[in-house]
Amino acid sequence: MTVASANAFQESLQPQGWLRYFSFSLDHKVIGLQYLVTGFLFYLIGGALAGVIRAELASPISDFVSRETYNEVLTLHGTVMIFLWIVPVVNGGFGNYLIPFYVGARDMAFPRLNAVAFWMIPPAGILLIASHFITGSSQSGWTAYPPLSLTTPALAQVVWIVSVLLLGGSSIFGGINFIATVLKLRRPGLKLMQLPMYCWAMLGTSILVVLSTPVLAGTLLLLSFDIVAHTGFFNPAMGGNVVVYQHLFWFYSHPAVYIMVLPAFGLVSEILPIHARKPLFGYTTMVYSILAIVVLGLVVWAHHMFTSGTPPWMRLFFTIATSFIAVPTGIKFFNWLATLWGGKLALNSAMLFSCAFIVNFVFGGITGVALAQVPFDIHVHDTYFVVGHFHYIVYGGTVFVIFAAIYHWYPKFTGRMLNEDLGRLHFLLTFVGFNLCFAPQHWLGLNGMPRRVAEYDPSFTTLNQISSVGALLMAVSSLPFLYNVLVSAFRGPLAGDNPWNALTPEWLTSSPPPVENWAGEAPLVEHPYGYGVAETTLSVEAATGRDLWSATGRR
Amino acid sequence: MTSLATSTSSSSAGDVAAEGHAGHADLRLFGLATFLVADGMTFAGFFAAYLTFRAVNPLPAGSSYELELLLPSINTVLLLVSSYTFHRSGRNLLLGHTGPCRAWLLLTAALGAAFLAGQMVEYFSLPFGLTDNLFASTFYALTGFHGLHVTLGVICILLVWFQTRRGGRVSSADPFGLEATELYWHFVDGIWVILYGILYLL
Repeated sequence: MTVASANAFQESLQPQGWLRYFSFSLDHKVIGLQYLVTGFLFYLIGGALAGVIRAELASPISDFVSRETYNEVLTLHGTVMIFLWIVPVVNGGFGNYLIPFYVGARDMAFPRLNAVAFWMIPPAGILLIASHFITGSSQSGWTAYPPLSLTTPALAQVVWIVSVLLLGGSSIFGGINFIATVLKLRRPGLKLMQLPMYCWAMLGTSILVVLSTPVLAGTLLLLSFDIVAHTGFFNPAMGGNVVVYQHLFWFYSHPAVYIMVLPAFGLVSEILPIHARKPLFGYTTMVYSILAIVVLGLVVWAHHMFTSGTPPWMRLFFTIATSFIAVPTGIKFFNWLATLWGGKLALNSAMLFSCAFIVNFVFGGITGVALAQVPFDIHVHDTYFVVGHFHYIVYGGTVFVIFAAIYHWYPKFTGRMLNEDLGRLHFLLTFVGFNLCFAPQHWLGLNGMPRRVAEYDPSFTTLNQISSVGALLMAVSSLPFLYNVLVSAFRGPLAGDNPWNALTPEWLTSSPPPVENWAGEAPLVEHPYGYGVAETTLSVEAATGRDLWSATGRR
Repeated sequence: MTSLATSTSSSSAGDVAAEGHAGHADLRLFGLATFLVADGMTFAGFFAAYLTFRAVNPLPAGSSYELELLLPSINTVLLLVSSYTFHRSGRNLLLGHTGPCRAWLLLTAALGAAFLAGQMVEYFSLPFGLTDNLFASTFYALTGFHGLHVTLGVICILLVWFQTRRGGRVSSADPFGLEATELYWHFVDGIWVILYGILYLL
């Protein structure tokens, strides 16, 4: 029995309706939404943890929670946000939903492996969160650097390792699936250079996942031996070497930044052309930029370790390699600007979040290039400057794109439109809150406020309080969003199959799509960004009679 | 206007129908190969750690990197021969000679088991334990992780041997189970060659 017919057979046994979202469904769209919703729940948990951090840091002394609890919350926040929200959502969520459409397939290459990969996430997440109330949580930060991770409570650290190993395994299974689907499952007649950009982004991301995640897994195994069996791999007291841990850890965790951000690049490359009614500028250079980022992304890890006694040649090499990454990233940035240039922009929520992504990301990118320079990095290493930079990349970059993508694809997921006014309110609160929260952290870092510490010098109080107000705004911003996505699923105006008049394949079927994606044969989309021709733009407006500025959703 | 973006190719309609809905070529070996790349990266991380330890971290006085060579060398030969016997088994399956195929499979499993037995003998005759020094820990981690792979391989070979019985699911018509195990076995074999080189010979 082939995989596909097994899939169809299995599908016929599955519960239908909303119950299938709680089942071992093999349908890539169900799995994609399972990832999205699960990830969002963990985003709320991670956000609450961030709220605890900002509440604690609203005053210079440790008064809101104890120092140990602060360390636990800090570790949980990082782990939850990276491994349970961003990586699963931006890869597994949108990837599973969109990639089969884009390659003209009816499902992923390995549907059962796909379901297994998803169902590894809830146990890992529950283990991580629930253990907090039983054994306490790990206190060594999401990096789990030894010897700190060898001296903090052992059981909590082992639980953390098991959880991350599960999540890493899930990520690897997903990556294998994406590589096979993009390379081997394309519809006859569809060429690689005709694929929507998100396919390239997911291919690049998955290559990084497959090459780097196993190294983290191996490293954490060794770390767990150090904790459980009292070996001394990373224990200096036993002749071990802590810097080796850092090298191996960052060999995964720097590419992990690209694992979080490359899919966002892909998603934004899908969203911008549709709402600007223009072709994606520089398709070929976009593809090669992604591949260049993949290659360079694997050889820049030690820029996280400039203060770890790295020898001069290593500093030189990793400074240069890291600076080089600005080139392909810059190419993508200018291509997005050129895509917008002269377009007929529909400034709806999806577009607002996408444009804000460009602004935030270029800021985070500039501080990233600054951090790559050893003389500067040595001064701001382990300060709030790094925290600010990192959040501009993963929140200002990826999370903004996740929200843009939800506004953009929600009509496809549910068949209904989201409310635009609530969407813009959500955007306004998020954008203001985000910048208020993280921009001051650059000043804090430059002035020497260390990260990961519950207490600070009273001279930092004002900037920290501004940052905490920003965090409060971000927390409030999820209220209109939650109300919007929950109510619109039942009350939103019907979207129709293709509310954005898009040309990419997922819009060329019903909303929500049928189980195997198309009633008939998969369409062959040779020009996914063919919006440049004047008649396309004209006929779109003539056909719908909609004002593209409000574009959608007004009742 | 729609023709600008989409066109429905009629020539491929037959292909799709012939393969059944959503039918596609068997990608399982491709998927396994990708997984083995990932698995290989785990070993690569271990190797990098070991080589760095060795270059940077001096061992405490009285311990050394020297290892007895005879037993691991015999083990290396056993594994290399087992790769060949597995290859013979695969050839026989494709030719439809189920009997020889199953015999070669059993021989491969026996060689794998002999390797594991040799490994055990070596473990018990070594002058150091898991936590004695950094080299000892690394040695047991590397060979142990590889030994787990061999153990899994032997179990898979026995499962495939069972499945190649008359009426089993592995046959010349559907050789996937055997081919996948063979690919995996060659991979484990290749890892051992690197491991033998850097751990024993270097």
